Order: sequence, then structure tokens, then C-alpha cells
Amino acid sequence: MTKRATIGFSEEQAQLLDVATTFCRDKSPIEKVRSLLEDERGYDEAIWSEMAELGWLAIAVPEEFGGIGLGMAEVVPVVEQMGRTMMAGPFVSTTLAAQAILLAGTDGQKQKHLADLCAGTKATLALSEPHGDWDLGHVECAAERTGDTLKLSGRKTFVENAETADLLLVSVSLDGAPALVVVERSALPEGALRREVVIDETRRSYQVTFDGVEVSTDGLLDPALTSAALTHVDLCASLLLSAEMCGAAASCIDYTVDYLQTRKQFGKKIGSYQALKHPIVDAHVGYEQARSHLYCAAFNFTQQGEGEVATRIAKAQAGDALSFAADRAIQFHGGFGFTHDCDAQLYRRRSLWCENQHGDAAYQRAKLADLLLQ
Amino acid sequence: MSAISEKELSDYRNEAAAWFAENTIADPGFMLPLTFMEVGTDQQFEFLREWQNKVYEAGYLGAAWPKAYGGGGLDQKFQTIATEEMAKANGPIMLNAIGLNWAGPLILDMGTEEERNRYIKGILSAEDIWCQGFSEPENGSDLGNAQTKAVRDGDDWVLNGSKIWTTQGNYAKYMILLARTNPDAPNKYAGLSFFLSPMHVDGVETVPIRKLTGEYGFTQTFFTDARIPGDCLMGEEGEGWRVAMRTLEYERGVRGGQPGGYVMRASDPFEIVELARKATRGGKPALEDPVIKDQLIQLMIEARALQLNSKRGHIQPLVQDKPASLALSSKLMATEFMRRLNEFAITLQGQRGAYYVGEPDAYDKGLWQRAYLNSFSATIGGGTSQIQRNIIGEHVLGLPKS
Repeated sequence: MTKRATIGFSEEQAQLLDVATTFCRDKSPIEKVRSLLEDERGYDEAIWSEMAELGWLAIAVPEEFGGIGLGMAEVVPVVEQMGRTMMAGPFVSTTLAAQAILLAGTDGQKQKHLADLCAGTKATLALSEPHGDWDLGHVECAAERTGDTLKLSGRKTFVENAETADLLLVSVSLDGAPALVVVERSALPEGALRREVVIDETRRSYQVTFDGVEVSTDGLLDPALTSAALTHVDLCASLLLSAEMCGAAASCIDYTVDYLQTRKQFGKKIGSYQALKHPIVDAHVGYEQARSHLYCAAFNFTQQGEGEVATRIAKAQAGDALSFAADRAIQFHGGFGFTHDCDAQLYRRRSLWCENQHGDAAYQRAKLADLLLQ
Repeated sequence: MSAISEKELSDYRNEAAAWFAENTIADPGFMLPLTFMEVGTDQQFEFLREWQNKVYEAGYLGAAWPKAYGGGGLDQKFQTIATEEMAKANGPIMLNAIGLNWAGPLILDMGTEEERNRYIKGILSAEDIWCQGFSEPENGSDLGNAQTKAVRDGDDWVLNGSKIWTTQGNYAKYMILLARTNPDAPNKYAGLSFFLSPMHVDGVETVPIRKLTGEYGFTQTFFTDARIPGDCLMGEEGEGWRVAMRTLEYERGVRGGQPGGYVMRASDPFEIVELARKATRGGKPALEDPVIKDQLIQLMIEARALQLNSKRGHIQPLVQDKPASLALSSKLMATEFMRRLNEFAITLQGQRGAYYVGEPDAYDKGLWQRAYLNSFSATIGGGTSQIQRNIIGEHVLGLPKS
């Protein structure tokens, strides 16, 4: 597989890359990102509406359900640019929920939800649990069926934007196997949400307790497709996290290079010292590799087998690239790098979040070993 | 030119594949060099010279160079296909690397009609081997500081000084030579001139250098009142630095124009998977060790990144931020990767990693040990990895000079 690695780039990707670059730069300057750190919601509702109007939430949804009919490959440049300016919000979680419904939803569920999600209804994923396992098939949260009703129990963790999402896509154990169910946030009782303190302060992450929550079985996705849907969501999430991390790595390196070009010590700009120049070049070279892997993954995403290989490689490499770039960014800013005011910490904190969602680099490589070294 | 059809290209591919399948000699019964920098015996040299000539005569080298000078006059797409098929057949390298990749494109690009007629065909056929006289014993990576002198005497130039790390210097008929023609120039760069200089003249002596692998491949070249004709000067007197920089762009792969073929055989992580099946850890194949698996996958990820980088380099919207980045980074990435890949292959062998070429119990005849030691030639030659990092830092990231 590795020998035939290819890369391609569509006209639509080029246009979206262009538009998203300008949009994210204008709408999410660093002052804006910082002002939202303390904001309860964590993102700007007006910008969310603008994104919906631009059609970004509809990119990877077929036209028959109100979408534009492109694929995840075209979502990648948008998320890459969001990562570049550290723009926060429920774009990725909503996109992923739509993908799950698209793959495993019943006709009724697709008709009911997809057009809304394309238009700006917000959704999120409740797939992780306190045990912390990256295997999405490891589900302890349970559902019991009584007639047309499902009674849920258990807790989900790292549910992003749960407070503002309209829909939650929840994985539960039903009749001894994982199942996916769409839950309206309005069905959650008072006190079901607890905001988690997470390392990436641009994120709004919640623990959700489902004890006693009852929903109609109408919300149950096709059980025969649950396993495929979980795999698909896992890979879609990994792809978009890779995009986000690549974007962040690019701007983290730019940010650090700016400092190396201006800060003087011992009478010389510190970027002239090879002890700083060479590692930042290594960070840049690592980023370039990660970006090539990202667009290879985007290009091959729908290819059976190759899509998974390329995506897991992209996630591993983007994680390592951003992690190194952001770690060195703090160090190279010296004492200032140790402060909350220096943006280096925003990148490092974000990288620690992204790497630890859906499997870190070592986890991806272990999966790749199973795929490539038989 | 009319558009080339897919059928023409696929027919050409089939022909090339069939030709290489029939004509490639993988094992001539002695050890073949993995790179053009390792040609150390006459046996290797004669074999590779004949091989390059055979490939050229069949039309699979220089296919896209102009017909008037000995090329095939075809579109570049055909040469790319031929080179791909050559690589797939895993055949020997092309011998005349300096001629094919640096001197040839330079002469086609900047040379006179007379120079093109005189040199190009011999480069392709391997009749005329070329070497490069840039580095000097005291000025390795600092090419601008070259001290070898060329002094005008009547119609001739008289050379004095020494060049080092001259790959295939003992076999070469010509040298691309950077020499100082004006020691009083306002700066060190302005005093340099560029020559297409003959090697078989009185006063030029080459002395082989034995490498850390135990093999030969480089020479030191000494010039003692060596007299070369005036028309060996390329371009104008005093513009040698500009010509040399252009040559380095070919060497660094920033410019196209090479005639195809390949002069380095890259080790492949998939070959190491085979090695990892043979080598053992605790009585089991090393391939079952999770740490080894992790390292192997990491190397495969990097190998693939190198391929993808070169493909992404052609997608303008994905390189517009820093257009020179991928081209300038590729030498650093590829050579450092090969060094680590070969090192890993030795580590993988456990105690038997200590065997060397000639030991019958060595895995793969000691290939990995030899390849690792040789891999430094590429991380040092053509600008060390540390120099490459300076170049990327300054030219791509815009950092101040060191």
C-alpha cells in the first residue's frame, strides 16, 4: 500500500481553501480567540451563522438531503484553516454527527436531521466514556428497551459543546452490542451536564450523565450499520483532527519564526543562532511531511483500506509535528513563553487535546502495524 | 506539439517494462554500488558504463533531451515513465551522475551551441565521464572561498591548487571546475570563474581516497601548472559563482531538466520488513516485537512522506505559502531518512548487526552495514545537513544569516 501513495487536489478543495483562509483570518484573529477563552459558550454565534450561510456544514452531505454533495476531502481545507487561526466552535462535531446519520441513519432520520444540520443546527458526539479507551466499540453506557422507549444509563465524557448542541449522537450498549442513538438535548434533565476542565481552553467539553433519560426508539440508528458508522466517525474525526493540527502547526511555526526574526540577545537576532534555527527548521520539515500526509488522506479517504492507512498516518504525523513545534515554541520564547500571554501555550494546549482525541500517534502506529505488517 | 494520448503513454510504458525486464542484470556476480559515489573498482566501472550506454541506446535515457544533441526529442512524460520502469526493475544505477544531472542540464541551459554539440552525447552514452571540482580540502561547504587558481596565459588557462571529494575523479574525462581567476576582486564571489575542464592533461593528478566503508569512490585532484584551452571557460570570466549556484540548483533538485535514470538506489522500508522476519528477538521473529513494529511503521510513514512531498510540490495551491520549501527540504529529508533507515536495519539484526561485508553469516551480505556507512556521503556531500538547515531557515523561513 505504502508504495502506491498518491495525492490529488480538486478544484473545489482549492476554492474552499482560498475562501476559508480569508474567512478564518478575518473572523478569528488571535484577540478574538483570547476573548472567547473566558466566554461561557466558547464561540461566536454570529460567525457560526455565517459559516452555515457559506454552506460549509453542507459540504459532505449529498444534495438529496440538502447538502452540496462533496466529500470529506473538501471539508479538510476548511478545518485546516480553522486550525490555523484556532477558531473554536461546533463545526467539526456537527459535521461528524451528520456523517454518522448519513451512514447508519434510517431514511426517516436522514430526512429529519440532515437538512437541519446543513442549515446550522448544532450537534455533537457522545462516544467517549470515563474508562478512557480509544476503542469506540468499548461501550459501557447502556440502553434498555421497553416497547418504543429506550431507557439510558451511564456517563459520557469529552462531549464537546454539549451545552449548545441541539442533538447528541450517543453510543450505548443495547442487547449486548454497541448501538447509536440520536438524543435531543432537550430530553436531558436538569443537572445532566457538567462542564469539564480541559487543557485546551478554547474547547467547551462536558460530562453527560444519562441516568434516567428516556427517548423513543425512533432515535436508534440502523443496528446493522452501527459498527461501520463507529469506524467511519472515528476515521472522519481523525482526518479532521489531522487537518486542525496541520493548520495549527503552520501558524505555530510562523508565530515562532516572527519572534526569532525580531528578538535580540547578545547583540544578534536569536534566529541567527543555529541552536534555534535548526530545530525550527526540523519543525517546519515535520509540518511539511504532515501536510502531505493530510492531503493524501483526504484524497484517498473513500478508498477501501488505503483510506484508513492514509488517515491513521496523517493523524500520527500531524500529532507529532504539532507537538514538537508547539513544545519548541514555548522554549524559544524564553521567559515570555512561560506566560499565559504568549500564544505558544495555546498551541501546546491545543495539541495535547487533539493528540489525545481518537488515539495518539503511538496508538495509530500500532493500528498501522496491524494493517501493514502482516 | 500535438497532445499525447493515454494510449501512446501506456504503450511506451509496456515497451519500457518489457525492455527492462529482459535486459536488467540484478546480480553480475560482484557487489554493485548503491550510489554513484561508491564506484570503487574497474570491474564496477566498466559494467556500469556498459549498462548506461545500453539504456541510452535503447532510448530510455535522455529521451526528453533535444534530438540535435543526441537526446530522444520526446516529451518529458516519456522519460518519467522510462525512469519509473527502470526503478521498478530494480536495475543498476546510471554511472555518469555528475554529467547527467549537473553538467548536462547546465550546458543545455547556459552553454553555447558549440559546447552542446561537443559534450551532450558523450554524457548520455557514458563515453565521457564527468566529475565536479567544487569542494577544496580547506573549504568543504564554503564553496565561495575556493582557492584553486586559474591564470590566463596567452590563449590558455593555467591551473594550480587542489579539489577534494571528487566522485569518479579517476575515471572522469571532464570536470566542472570552480576556480579563482581574480584574487583582487572586490569580494570573494566576484573573483571566481567556471570551467568545463579536461582531466587528461599534464599537471592533473588524481589520488583515490579510501572511505570509511573500506571502498574507494572519491579522489583528491591536484593541479600543478595544468594548462587548459581558453574555450574551457563557461560563461564570462568572473561570473563563476552564478554558474556554480545554477549547478547547485540542479544538484538540489530545485530545477528540472535532468535526463532521467537514477543514480542512487534507495533502501526501501519494505525490504526491512523482510529483514525483520528473518532476524530474531527472544526466539521469535523481530517483526513480532511491538517496539520494532512501531519504529518500522514510523520509517514507512517517512518514506511515504518523501514520495508525497514530491507530488504535492506540483499542486500550486498547496505550496503557495512557501513555494521553495519542499524542493529545498527534500535533500535534507531524504538523506537523513536513508541514514536512519539503514541504521535501524543494523540495530534490528541484534548481535549479528556487528558483521560486515565479507562475513558469510551477515544478513543480506552486509548490505545494510555498508549502506549505513555510505549514507553519510549524502548527508555531508552537496552541503551538509547542517548547511541545508541554514539554507531552509534563511531562504524558506526568512531567518537571519548564521
